[in-house]
Amino acid sequence: MVSVVNEMATNGADDARNTLTLGPLLFNWSPEQWRDYHHRIADEAPVERVCVGEVVCSKRLPFYEDDIPGVIERLQRGGKTVVLSSLALPTTARERGMIRDLVAMPGVVVEANDVSACGPLAGRPHAIGPLINVYNEGTLAFMEKQGAVLVCLPPELPLAAIGALAGAARTAVVETWAFGRAPLAISARCYHARVHGLAKDSCQFICNQDPDGLAVDTLEGKEFLSVNGVQTLSRTVVNHVADLGTLTARGVRAFRLSPHTCDMVAVAQVFRDVLDGAITGAEGEARIAALMPGAIFANGFLHGRPGHQRVAAAAG
Amino acid sequence: MTTTYTAPAPSAAWKPKGRLELVCPAGTPAAMRAAIEAGADSVYCGFADETNARNFPGLNFSPAEMAEGVAHAHKRGVKVLVAVNTFPRAGEPAAWHRAIDTIAECGGDAAIVADIGLLDYAAEKHPRLRLHLSVQAAAANPEAIGFYVERFGVKRVVLPRVLTVAEIAALNREIACETEVFVFGGLCVMAEGRCSLSSYATGCSPNMNGVCSPPSHITYAQERGEFVSRLGEFLINKVPGGQPMPYPTLCKGRFSANGETAHIFEDPASLDASLLIPPLADAGVTALKIEGRQRSRSYTDAVVRALRGALDAHARGLPIDSRPLMALSEGASTTRGAYQKTWR
Amino acid sequence: MSTNSATVPELPAALSFGLRPLPLAPLAAALDLVVKSAARRHPAMFARLGDQAGKRFLIEPTDLPFVVVMTPRPDDPEVQVVRPGEEPATDARIAGPLAALVGLVHGAYDGDALFFSRDLTVEGDMSAVVALRNALDDAEIDLVAEAAAVLGPLAQPAETVGRIAASLAERITGIAFARPRSGS
Repeated sequence: MVSVVNEMATNGADDARNTLTLGPLLFNWSPEQWRDYHHRIADEAPVERVCVGEVVCSKRLPFYEDDIPGVIERLQRGGKTVVLSSLALPTTARERGMIRDLVAMPGVVVEANDVSACGPLAGRPHAIGPLINVYNEGTLAFMEKQGAVLVCLPPELPLAAIGALAGAARTAVVETWAFGRAPLAISARCYHARVHGLAKDSCQFICNQDPDGLAVDTLEGKEFLSVNGVQTLSRTVVNHVADLGTLTARGVRAFRLSPHTCDMVAVAQVFRDVLDGAITGAEGEARIAALMPGAIFANGFLHGRPGHQRVAAAAG
Repeated sequence: MTTTYTAPAPSAAWKPKGRLELVCPAGTPAAMRAAIEAGADSVYCGFADETNARNFPGLNFSPAEMAEGVAHAHKRGVKVLVAVNTFPRAGEPAAWHRAIDTIAECGGDAAIVADIGLLDYAAEKHPRLRLHLSVQAAAANPEAIGFYVERFGVKRVVLPRVLTVAEIAALNREIACETEVFVFGGLCVMAEGRCSLSSYATGCSPNMNGVCSPPSHITYAQERGEFVSRLGEFLINKVPGGQPMPYPTLCKGRFSANGETAHIFEDPASLDASLLIPPLADAGVTALKIEGRQRSRSYTDAVVRALRGALDAHARGLPIDSRPLMALSEGASTTRGAYQKTWR
Repeated sequence: MSTNSATVPELPAALSFGLRPLPLAPLAAALDLVVKSAARRHPAMFARLGDQAGKRFLIEPTDLPFVVVMTPRPDDPEVQVVRPGEEPATDARIAGPLAALVGLVHGAYDGDALFFSRDLTVEGDMSAVVALRNALDDAEIDLVAEAAAVLGPLAQPAETVGRIAASLAERITGIAFARPRSGS
């Protein structure tokens, strides 16, 4: 426990080492896929941290919760810091109780994805996920005072705000969204069930049909959003691989990659290579595009533009 | 790493017990006067900038108008709750801090705040200023609400529109502050303050800029005999010529998914919980809020009058007549939203 | 008060037709006076428009044989009255029966409700339209009082005469030319 915490806490703003975090798997994959994905990440992915846990829908958890201890152990054996992610919108008593189970787990850092988790986590080192609104240095300072050592910023923040926050951080590592469909909204209503004409309580886990989200198009056929149960994500895949130089220049040292069905080990390797200067950002973009044929990439949020847009990164 | 917190002072009696407080929208000084005239117990409003979540052109209050508004409302025994409920911009929090200072200076009865850093500022700088937790904080359970009550002495939480009446009742038994719930008006289908859909489509963010589906990015067009609305590059809705066209709020558009065309997220209906006033009162709710600061004073007058009538009827044990509210609903269709479980 | 679209009256066709041959110049001159006077009398309304005040609006009463083009700059407001089809390029267009437009100015109708029901058509720069709607709504304008105010010392008697004329006109056309009292 202590070593884990030290790893997180000592990577403060002065440390120049750039780190990668694999975010929690947001989609409903089969238990086999879930396990295989985490095992492969544990053994092969060049990342420092891996988030594990159910963020979107508590009903999915029983399918794989028995595998979690084994996965944690394997990730730790693979040299990764394990971060346990909490639920984004806990409402029922059972869901609210889940945070207590997470806090009780030894040797891991818990990531709050709802303010309800911040109370139980206060006073111990913990992480703040991208679904908690840390928009400014006042909130960041308060979270640091509470014990936050890793703060992943909301994906809609523009570069100016990210830079200001990275500069203001004193004890926490500031992380930004770097790869994957951006989480845009969370609701009490399940859109997967709604689209299939099912009630939320008898949803038949229909979201398992769309391991990268269900496509939502406009009536003109323009690609717009992705539905993942109660969550709505971007249709575009956020990709900051060519913006890494700009972000590190502003003091960002941690980058979050959000899992999709593409080869995430390869995605992580591309980000690692760009961060290490082994390949250029443009080369990184080409490699990521090859790993996700048909995907539309975007980085508009970072550049203060509509999030679905793609802005060509500055050379280098 | 240890932190200590002083427990907040117990809340002073805010209103006679057992009577629901009607909290009414005031987009402009004229709308505020109309709401007061029509029977508001409290009005809520914001400054004309990015500090509040209804930052529309031509709407809201200058600091001078706010001071006049507060004086006018107090003369009539009406409270003024001021929303500073967006999330301050990193590196530039001054406008948000100034908004909080102005409320304290002009005697506003409460600040409605969502951001943790801003709550911290208000609690520290103006310990006597009453704080309400904005719906934009989307605090939907006892632990989240408790966090804000214990840390910042929040006296009231405006509940996100995701809870059933039964859940609200259970919540009220577990928390140490008042609850305010939406009774009528536009409905956010997403957890408020946790939605970047508008930002994704237009670059204008509810959390950062105080606008959702902003007019600046809306275009209407006649195309092949149909009336079409777009938000940025995205078609939100189309209707045959002459049929009613709702405002193109992103989450209420028609889209296609899984081979079907539908209102994937929410139908363009208004929330009308007026018939739920008795169970909401029994659930321990303190205040009922009417959405609609962006609407006209004529709408404000009509909707406040109708709900004043409903609340008065409830207080006298009479049945509630929801018909006056029907004509005020967007598309004349209403929903009870998340208050009933089937909505999910 | 009503926000129900079914009650928006149309100007009788015969009356609209009868207005067609009338010259526009006197109307334009009168409107120009009223708008300039209103800018002096309601600085807050024009201030509320903010940076939208420089936009050019096309106001189109669909039951009248002319349209109004207006730029509501606080220091130098401009109004033109032209025949439909002869209007210059504008930033935004607001079209609807005269009753809806007048009702909007008086705050008797809700702009959103008129728009949902398609009694009102808006096109172009929506920020400008929304700003104008909100500024007008806050100003609690009464067209009879505004028209009378142009006459300076004669404003009071003129307003009295105007109110009688307005109520007469209302009986003929169904359009409230004076602002209904609040809460009615």
